[in-house]
Order: sequence, then C-alpha cells, then structure tokens
Amino acid sequence: MQLDEFFVTGEPLIYAGMVAIAVVSAAIVFLLTYFKKWKWLWQEWLTTVDHKKIGVMYILVALAMIFRAGVDALMMRLQLAFPDMNFLNSQHYNEVFTTHGTIMIFFVAMPFLIGLMNVVVPLQIGARDFAFPYVNALSFWSLFFGAMLFNISFVIGGAPDTGWTNYAPQAGAVLNPGPGINFYLLGLQLSGIGTLATGINLMVTILRMRAPGITLFKMPIFSWSTLITSFIIVFAFPILTVALALMTVDRIFGSHFFTLAGEGLPMMWANLFWLWGHPEVYIVILPAFGIFSEIIATFARKQLFGYKTMVWAIILIAGLSFVVWVHHFFTMGAGAFVNSIFSITTMAIAVPTGVKIFNWLATLYKSKIIFPVPMLWSLAFIPSFTIGGVTGVMLGMAAADYQYHNTYFLVSHFHYVLIPGTVFASFAGLVFWYPKLFGHKLNEKIGKWAFWLFLIGFHVCFFPQYFLGLDGMARRVFTVGPEWFTLNFISTVGAFTMGLGFMVFVFGVIYSFRYSTRDLPGDDWQYGRTLEWATPTPVPKYNFATLPENVRTHDTLIDMKEDGETTFDEKKLESIHMPSYTGQPFIMMAILFFASFALVFEWITLAVIGLIATIVMMFIRSFDYDEGYHIEVDELRENERRARGLDDDRE
Amino acid sequence: MTENNNNTLPLEYSTEQGQMSIVGFWIFVAAEVALFATLFATYAVLFGRTADSPEAMELFQPGIALTMTFILLTSSFTCGLAIHSMREGSLKGLMIFLFITLALGLTFLGFEIYEFVHYASEGATLQSSAYWSGFFILTGTHGVHVTLGIGWMIAILIQLKQRGLTAVTNRKVFILGLYWHFLDVVWIFIFTGVYLIGMVV
Ligand code: HEM
Ligand SMILES: [Cu+2]
Repeated sequence: MQLDEFFVTGEPLIYAGMVAIAVVSAAIVFLLTYFKKWKWLWQEWLTTVDHKKIGVMYILVALAMIFRAGVDALMMRLQLAFPDMNFLNSQHYNEVFTTHGTIMIFFVAMPFLIGLMNVVVPLQIGARDFAFPYVNALSFWSLFFGAMLFNISFVIGGAPDTGWTNYAPQAGAVLNPGPGINFYLLGLQLSGIGTLATGINLMVTILRMRAPGITLFKMPIFSWSTLITSFIIVFAFPILTVALALMTVDRIFGSHFFTLAGEGLPMMWANLFWLWGHPEVYIVILPAFGIFSEIIATFARKQLFGYKTMVWAIILIAGLSFVVWVHHFFTMGAGAFVNSIFSITTMAIAVPTGVKIFNWLATLYKSKIIFPVPMLWSLAFIPSFTIGGVTGVMLGMAAADYQYHNTYFLVSHFHYVLIPGTVFASFAGLVFWYPKLFGHKLNEKIGKWAFWLFLIGFHVCFFPQYFLGLDGMARRVFTVGPEWFTLNFISTVGAFTMGLGFMVFVFGVIYSFRYSTRDLPGDDWQYGRTLEWATPTPVPKYNFATLPENVRTHDTLIDMKEDGETTFDEKKLESIHMPSYTGQPFIMMAILFFASFALVFEWITLAVIGLIATIVMMFIRSFDYDEGYHIEVDELRENERRARGLDDDRE
Repeated sequence: MTENNNNTLPLEYSTEQGQMSIVGFWIFVAAEVALFATLFATYAVLFGRTADSPEAMELFQPGIALTMTFILLTSSFTCGLAIHSMREGSLKGLMIFLFITLALGLTFLGFEIYEFVHYASEGATLQSSAYWSGFFILTGTHGVHVTLGIGWMIAILIQLKQRGLTAVTNRKVFILGLYWHFLDVVWIFIFTGVYLIGMVV
C-alpha cells in the first residue's frame, strides 16, 4: 500500500484538519511534559475506576465530539447557503453528513448521557460506586477508542460516506470499496461493547446497590429513567452488534447478507438497523426526560407531579420503542397492512409522551419557579420538543409519510426532538450537577447568554427546514436551486448562532474555573430534593461515609431537611472497601483499537494478533485477585468533619 | 460492596459482590438471547436463498447433528454434576466433572469443524450464497462461544487448582455453568430450527 492511499490527499480542508490534529497532539504532549503531568494523567485518570471521574471523562469526550461534529454541521450549512461557491463537492459533502450524524448520536448523545448517569446515579441511590467499577472503566475506554477509530477516518483511509444509517447495498463492498465504511462498522462495534457493558452495569447497580429503604418506587426519577434505558440497551444493542458484524463479514470475508449477488437482502440491513435504531432514539431521550424531571421539580420547588405515572410512561415508551421500527421505511413497500400496524404503534408512543409533557406542566402549575440556567434549558425544552413530537406523529401516518420521507421535514423533526431533548438535557444536567463534579458552579450570566443564543439559533436553524421539506427539498443533497435560497440562508444563520452559543458555553466553563467561588454547601442549589445533594461538595471518593437511612419518599433530601437530618452519622462509621485503580481496561481497549484498525484495512494477520493479545489480557484479568483496599474510620471521620464543617470538640 | 457473609447461602452467593456478579451475568445472558435471536431471525429470512449453491437438504446429515446434540447435552449434564460436587464441597469431584465437560466440548467442536470442512468440499461456504452465509454465521457464532467457554474453563480449572473452593472461585464456576447451559439451550434451537427443519423443508 502506498502512503498516499493510506492518508487522504488532495483536499485543502483535510490538509487543514491534519495540521490541526498534529498541532493539538503536539501541544498536549508538550503541556503534559512541561508541567510534568504524565504520571498524574496515568494515576488519576487513565487508571481510575471511580464512577465520578469516569463520568467526567465521558463528558469531556462528548464535548470534544460536539465540537468535531458541530464543525461538520457548519460546513454543511455553509455549502447549502452558497452552493455556487463549491465549498464542498458531492463526495466530501456525503462524508461530512455521515460523520456528523454518526458522531452526534454515538459519540455525543450517548457519552454525554452515560457520563451524567455515571456521576449521578450512584449518588442518587446512596451507593458508593457502580456494581462493577472495573467494567465501568472498560466501558469508557471502549467508547474512547471507538470514537478515536471513527474520527481518524477522515485523514487516514477516507471517511465513510453513506449516512449514519449506512444502508446496503450502497455501503457494501461492491459499490463502496476501501476502508471508509469499515471505519464506521468497527468504530461503532468497538464503542458498542462498552455501551452494552454499561447497560448491564447500571442495571445491577440500580437493582442491587440501593441504600437501605430506597425501594424502587422511592427512587429518584432520573435513576428510574436510567434503569429503563439500561433495559433498552441490553435488548437493542445486541441487534446493532449483529448488524455491524454481518456487514463487516460481508465486506471483508465476502458473505452475502446484504449484497445484491448471492440472493442477499439489502433491505434486511434497514430492518436490523432500525430494530436497534428506534430503541436507540429512546435510549437518548428517556434519560433526558429524567434530567428535566429532576430539574423542573427542583426549581419549581414542588414535588414532581404524577411521579408514578411518569415511571409507567417511561416503561410504556420503552416497550413501544421496540415495535415501531418500520416507520423508518414505510416507502419500502411492505404493504398497506404492515404499514398501518406500524403507523398505529408509532402514534401510540405519543400518548405516554404526552402524559409526561402534561405532568411537567402540572408540576409548574401554581409553583414558585426560579430561573437559574438549568431551569431555562428545561423550560425551553417543553414547547420545542412538543413541536418535534407533533411532527413525528405527522411522519407516523404512513400514507402521508410518502410525502415527507427523506425530505428536510424529516431532518427538522429529528433535530427538534434530539436537540431540545437530548442536547438541552445534557447541557441542563451538566450545569445542574456541575458543582458535584468540580466543586464550583458555572457562571450564571454567561450561561444565560449561551442558552439564549443556542435556543434562538436552534429555532432559526430548524424551523425553516420544515417548510423546505414540505416544499420538496430532499435530505442529503449537496446543492440546491435558487428557489430555496432564502430559507436555506436563514437556516445557516441559525446554525452559526448555535455554534456561537456553544462557544459561549465553553467560555463559561473556562471563566468559571478561574473565578467561581469554591466552598459550596453540598446542597448547592439550596432546593435539592434527592440524595446526591446530601453529599459534601466536591464529593469524596467513597461518596457516603455512612449510608443514608430512613428513606420515606423519593424526595429523600426534602424529608431530611425538614427533620434536620443528614446522611452522616459519625457513630456508624465503619471502614469502607474500595476497588484499586488499574491500567488493564485502558491497555485492553488500546489493543482492541489496534486490532480493529488493522481490520479496517483488512490486514487480517495483524488483526488476529491483536485479537489474541486481547484474549491474553482477559486471561490476565481472570487471574488477577486484587481485593482493593480499605479507607479506615479515622480518615473518614477527619475527612467528613472537614467537608461538613463540624468542629472537633465532639470527640 | 460490604463483605458480610451469609452462611445459609451457597458459597458463590455468600458475598454481595458474588450475588451482583451472578445477577449481572443473568442480564448478560439476556443480551446474548437478543443476539442469538437476531441471528436466528436473519437465518430464517435468508432460508432457501441458496442461489447456485447446494440446498440445505442435500447436505445436512442427521447422524452428525444428532451426535453433536447428544455430546453437548451430556456436557451440560456433567457441568451440572460439577456444580453439584462444588455445592457438596468436593474440589476433586468438581474438577473431574469439569474436565469431562471440557473434553465433551472439544469433541463437539471437532465434529463442528469436520462438518464445516465437509460442506465446504461440497461447495457450500460462507461466500456461496445468502443462505449459507446465514448458516455459517449462526452456527459459527455458537461455535465461537463454545470455544471461548473452553478457554474460560481452562482458566478456571487452573485457578481451582491454585486456590481451591472459595467464594470467588465458586462464583466463577457457577457463572461458567450458567454460560455453558445457555449454549446448550441455543444449540437445541439450532438443532430444531436449522437441522431438523432444514432436512425436511
Ligand atoms: C412522538 C414521538 C415520535 C414519533 C411519532 C416519531 C416518528 C418518526 C417517524 C415516523 C420517523 C420516520 C420518518 C421518515 O423517515 O419518513 C422518524 C424519524 C426519526 N426520528 Fe422520530 N418520532 C418521535 C420521537 C422521536 C424522538 C424522541 C427522537 C430522538 C430523540 C426521534 C428521532 C428520530 C430520528 C433520529 C429519525 C430519523 C433518522 C434518519 O432517518 O436519519 N424521534 N420519527
Ligand atoms: Cu423511529
């Protein structure tokens, strides 16, 4: 293989990308060396098994990936506003919308939410870590290396170009030779391992590690939504695993699952993809619902209306999410009967979703609302998401969908649910729980600027797209005629406004790091309702020195505050068992990364060597009987007293 | 993660970590069910789509499939006996039965490899047609699982030799047992869904 087949050549934009990657990598290496931080990096982060630190790393990856996929988005919007400029050619445009969609779903939405779950769920249920901290680290590194593998494709080998849905036969070896699609298949496969493992991990954590007294129906609603999301992950992700594997075998080993030759069935890809894909959209929306529920109750300063119906609605949505997948290809021609069935199931989902919307409104009704930044995101979510939901129902009517399918109407629909839903929730959740992570709050004023820019930008960007779609503009086209210029131009303006909003958000993070007050009380917003606010800020690595007791309702902390209690009871201190940090997860996934990379280029021998090395690592793990260590009572007592500002004379 | 022991429970359930691992593994098995269900569905959809390659009916041999079924069922039985010995506290019995299980697993794999090679010589390979792709991937995925199970069993046998019966080793054996029985169940479905149906339709 020639070097110029390995690296992508001939595109000025991609050369710029290469330079950027080289500069950033060199800068990171330089800074770490200059400040002598390599050891710190390894000991505190790369080997950690602490759920809070892993959560932080998930969120960092998500933020970096928003940046990458956001740049993709702006490039597309620029091209569509000024198609005559020939900023992107059709091939490049195809690659950009593919990486944009794939990264946003897999490497932004998923890690952002999983990061927040990592941080918050153990705290909400009064646990000291995940059920399997080692596996948790493994999951993170699988996501990290999966994301890296996918991301390097645009400079090495060439990016995939068949959309995030990667339909056959377009994505098959015949029509699409070369490594591009392999990057998609293996990058997602690698990160999928971690997602499945996290689903199992969270389920066991929630089912088995709740503090005494927290029955399932006394569990905060975010933990509930996480539990149900984990169920969906466990049953949906194996389908993706199979679909990706079959396509990989098709492409690399010549089988005929999705090919045109050998009586393969290209449409089977669409079926398998959406059998996973529709549950997936609920995997990224249910946790968001959970986050909004927490924030709305907190800042409406009122109990969440209809807690139980909220839970049942989540369960119902999760069940229905598995029986609607055909609505993504009504036009395949499965026939009126099949389409009607799936039309009905699709519209049925709107019912429990509507119930949730009314519950949020009822929570707000006659409450004394305050408006800090997380609440702004949450309030903006309700009407914006409703527009997305209503247009979803329009798409769900099979007969009408023949008009909307694969137009900008569809594009606008799913952005209207994913952005006000998942993205707003991620930002809201990050701002809300930020003090628990970093020991200080984010600047409110900058946060409000970011919020308004992003919200207005969002509507300006996507509302016109409904009309472009109704007017017949197809998705995934790289050039448009002059009759659609105005709406496309407005949309592009909105997109850049959102970009600006995001930059302001990031600026807020840096600004607050320097200037925010530390020394927060633990119940950092004063109105916390659930147990994460009962821990000191920043949270000690063992979370709870003594486990909470006397849990009466799902608003545990509200009850405690009324009775003047805390979770800390010095008399009950016992030494706490902690898992040891380990570099194995990082190394194992790094090896798997190299194996996958080799497979992308179909270097079979190297891939096999990597696979064997991975199995060796699993053997090493099996023989590893590290029992962890204990934090002793004296240390706990001292630590908690300092954190809680208790005086020493009680001894 | 407290280690309060509960003496009324079998050793593998005696620690909280042990219980959690077992629950976690059950959930993993649920994911595996979803995985194999997808493969079965794929196989079913591609059934009969053999293009120019031989039909399933022409190649399937009842004898081999039946023998393989008996071998794997027996191995599941010996695996159960192994767990029984473990519960009785007999390390020796446990290790002997695990060895027998291992040998049976290897024999099963031997037959499967023979079968695949035989089909290939008759012109049915992964590349022949959609149907044969479905067949080889479904049965092959099961075979890979058996292979991993065998490797895992070897690792656990060594650990049993080193450490004897402890809460941790017992938990590992128990989970391996769950896995092995699960593979047996999958095979029952393969036997009926693939071989029996393939021989008559
Ligand atoms: C009331 C609830 C919803 C209904 C009735 C609904 C309905 C639909 C329908 C019928 C389609 C296919 C349209 C077509 O291809 O012509 C679709 C596409 C889509 N929806 Fe929804 N949807 C709903 C909620 C959501 C939510 C909550 C999300 C994610 C958070 C979401 C994400 C998507 C995505 C990503 C696509 C299409 C992706 C693609 O083709 O690339 N939807 N929706
Ligand atoms: Cu859908």
